[in-house]
Amino acid sequence: MIELTHEQIDYHQLTESVRDHAAGAAVLFLGTVRELTNGRRTEALDYDAYPDMAVAKMQELAETARQKWPVTALGIIHRLGHLELGDISVAVAVSCPHRVDAFEAGRYLIDTLKEIVPIWKKENFDDGTTEWVHPGLESGDAVTTAPDTTAPDTTD
Amino acid sequence: MKLDVQLFARARDLAESPQVTIDLDEPASVSDVRTALASAVPELAPLADRLLIAVGTDYADDGTPVTHSDLVACFPPVSGG
Repeated sequence: MIELTHEQIDYHQLTESVRDHAAGAAVLFLGTVRELTNGRRTEALDYDAYPDMAVAKMQELAETARQKWPVTALGIIHRLGHLELGDISVAVAVSCPHRVDAFEAGRYLIDTLKEIVPIWKKENFDDGTTEWVHPGLESGDAVTTAPDTTAPDTTD
Repeated sequence: MKLDVQLFARARDLAESPQVTIDLDEPASVSDVRTALASAVPELAPLADRLLIAVGTDYADDGTPVTHSDLVACFPPVSGG
C-alpha cells in the first residue's frame, strides 16, 4: 500500500496490512504535526505534492528497502491538504522476520522519503504568516514577512 | 520549441502560476530550462541554482537533454514527512 491521500490516515489498517505470520516484527512510524519549531508556534500545515512523481519515488524507496532488508511487507501513506496540530501527515509500516531489520528499514523509508519525495509543507504560524518549508533555502516568501528561520521541520 | 514547466510550492507562489511556458533553442538541456525559467519569471532568479528539475518522474541534472515531449517540473527542495 503506497499512496497519497487527502483523508485521515488509517494507520491501524496500514499496520494490519503488513502483519504476517512470517514477520516477527512490525514497526509503525507516524509523522505528526508538532506545535513548536525553533520557538515559533505552528497552527497548521498545508501539504502539497507532485503526485505522479511522489508515488513513483515512494515506490522506488520501497523497492530499495526490499533489496536492503528482508522485508515481509511494507506500506507508506502520505497525507496532503490542510492538517491541524496533532494530525498525522505520514505513516510508514514495515514488517520483517526480526526487529532490527524492521526498525532499520522503517528508518530508511521515512528518512529518504523526507529527502527525495516531492512533497512540501507550508507553515501556518500563529502570528498569521505562512511560509513554505524548503530545506537549505532561506525563508523568503515575497508575500509574507516571516522572520528568517532556516528549514524548520514541523513533524518529527 | 515551446515547453510547459510545472511549478510547485514556493516556485508556484513566486510565479503566481502552476505552470510557465518557456521558449528553448534545440537541442536543449535542463541547464537551458533553468536559465529560461529565471528569465521568464524574474522572481525565480534568486532561487535558480537551488531549484530542482524533474524530467518525467525523475530528478534531472543540468546536462540532461530535454525535448518537446518531456514532462518537466521545477520546484525548491522538498519537505514532506
